[in-house]
Amino acid sequence: MSDYTLDTEEGRLEALRRMLLIREFDTTAGESFADGEIPGFVHLYIGEEAVGVGTCGALEPDDYIASTHRGHGHCIAKGLDPKLMMAELFGRREGYCNGKGGSMHIADVESGMLGANGIVGAGPPMATGAALSIDYQDRDQVAVGFLGDGAVAQGQVHEAVNLASTWDLPAVFVVENNQYGEGTPVEKQHNVENLSDTAAAHDIPGVTVDGMDVTAVAEAVGEARTRARAGDGPTLIEAETYRYRGHYEGDEQRYRDEEEIQRWKNRDPIESFKSRLLDRGELTEESFEELQAEVETTIADAIAYARDADLPEPAEAYEDMFAEPVPEIEGFAARTRADGGRPGGDGR
Amino acid sequence: MTAQAELETEQTETMTVREAIRQGLREELARDEDVYVMGEDVGLFGGVLDVTDGLFDEFGEERLRDTPISEAGFVGAATGAAATGTRPVVEIMFSDFMGVSMEQIMNQMAKMRYMFGGKTAMPVTVRTTEGGGMGAASQHSGTVHAWIAHFPGLKAVAPGTAASAKGLTKAAIRSDDPVFVFENKMIYEQQGEVPVDEEFTVPLGEASVEREGEDVTVVATQRLVGESLDVAEGLADLDVEVIDPRSLYPLDTDTIVDSVEKTGRLVVADESPLSYGIHAEVVARVQENAFFSLDAPIQRVGTPDTHIPFSPPLEQEVLPDGDGIREAVRRIA
Repeated sequence: MSDYTLDTEEGRLEALRRMLLIREFDTTAGESFADGEIPGFVHLYIGEEAVGVGTCGALEPDDYIASTHRGHGHCIAKGLDPKLMMAELFGRREGYCNGKGGSMHIADVESGMLGANGIVGAGPPMATGAALSIDYQDRDQVAVGFLGDGAVAQGQVHEAVNLASTWDLPAVFVVENNQYGEGTPVEKQHNVENLSDTAAAHDIPGVTVDGMDVTAVAEAVGEARTRARAGDGPTLIEAETYRYRGHYEGDEQRYRDEEEIQRWKNRDPIESFKSRLLDRGELTEESFEELQAEVETTIADAIAYARDADLPEPAEAYEDMFAEPVPEIEGFAARTRADGGRPGGDGR
Repeated sequence: MTAQAELETEQTETMTVREAIRQGLREELARDEDVYVMGEDVGLFGGVLDVTDGLFDEFGEERLRDTPISEAGFVGAATGAAATGTRPVVEIMFSDFMGVSMEQIMNQMAKMRYMFGGKTAMPVTVRTTEGGGMGAASQHSGTVHAWIAHFPGLKAVAPGTAASAKGLTKAAIRSDDPVFVFENKMIYEQQGEVPVDEEFTVPLGEASVEREGEDVTVVATQRLVGESLDVAEGLADLDVEVIDPRSLYPLDTDTIVDSVEKTGRLVVADESPLSYGIHAEVVARVQENAFFSLDAPIQRVGTPDTHIPFSPPLEQEVLPDGDGIREAVRRIA
């Protein structure tokens, strides 16, 4: 069984909780970024929560996902700890990557999270590779490669889908079509009507689902998972969604207007799922308030944890390059640490 | 210990570089079920230069996997596979094709472990062929190992003898780091003594002194190791030491520096383009560590920053060879 499934009441409430957690995490991360507490840059997932949560709701706990630059939502959907995620965003040693990765490279391979990724389109080859390991060792898992609409134009994406389909590997490709590849609308980047039409080139199922509907996403990914486990190869799922924030925090968003944003917000994935659960009697306004309060506490704790966590020691920059360290780096490190890197240090 | 002395303590058999690599692959495939080979025509075809010939019959299509002509796809897949519990050995048919997969190499394979705080292994081996000399023209003759040796997070080896071809291949496959094995295609038929012990490996970062000498040090790689040994034998009035670094990154600085401290003279011979490459790295390390032992300017022998042209007289003009090494030695000794 998965951590949660959209097929049970308990699972649906867990899905709602994770969607709320993602929104709260990213809202708070956006504020901390604006306050200058988070270095670098961040890409927020707000508005797209149903895709990550629907996808992971259809997976088993040890399935793999390979993520994108907009990866916070995938991490939370996969069950990563918001404290360690926030610590990573803050550049702290306690973060998932000891502060070496940041927002764009959060990973927890042990949890099956193969990394957010700063290169558009790099996740699908990673997922195909994980599916190759699974297939090679006859393990009961699948690997999901997330990609954005922009990535569908990348050559390596098609190479990855071609290899996975040719070898019938247990992979699933989930295209998060949030309507813009950075600042350029999807129709100006692709000639197909639906991005899922590209699946036809590989003779695999290609489906387009409402990415604002968590159950629709879970259903499509569930079918794809079953197909993958049956040895019938990958599926390409396009989830139509929308990001409420800019491509990155600070994006002036000259490419769209408030009216368009509002149109999508009227179909908000959390609000619509919440009303469905209210209608079904699985949720009350009171229990929702409790859930929201719990989520806010979790994220407030994560922020507090990240703020209090230690920064890495500068010398840790030299660690983790190789499983078997090389004398080159040890030598450079020793020289720099010993004499500040002045000329004439011992170069060996 | 010199390479010769090492081999004297081992039981060996004579074989070509090609056979030595194949034997290394075969032994590692037999030793570890998680190891498999993938690439263009590595299976049924036996490899376009016959290196994997026969392994398909022995190990089957699951372990000798023919891929589409799709370097970004299969190098990327090998990267993902290495992060998730298996140990792929990828062949890139010609090193010139590596550019097609460079994104996965430089941004994923090389960086994942570091970006993730050391929390993943990356046990992938990439084998590829380099070098001019067979009229294959510019897109099938390049020597690109300096790119990989330069790029943080990757290890690079380049055998010059049959023994090191086998030992380095095995060490690469056993490593939990990404290791690139650069095979010069003109020495596949070169014969040498190779240890038969299945535990024989050449550790990464250990050079071999192929010939001891007192007057001049020649640091040579790949095809130029053999050419340097021939030059050394032919120079009756000079005692030339020949060192094969074998591993380009990490590089065995100590063995090279110790030699230069003894001879005071150095020639660096490598088929890479001369500018910004392996030659410069060896020179830099020697001047950092043995500047005051040098008795003459260090000489570089390599490709003169051109591509490898097609027509034989053009190709022979630019490819470094024994004549160039001899002239370089004569200039300083």
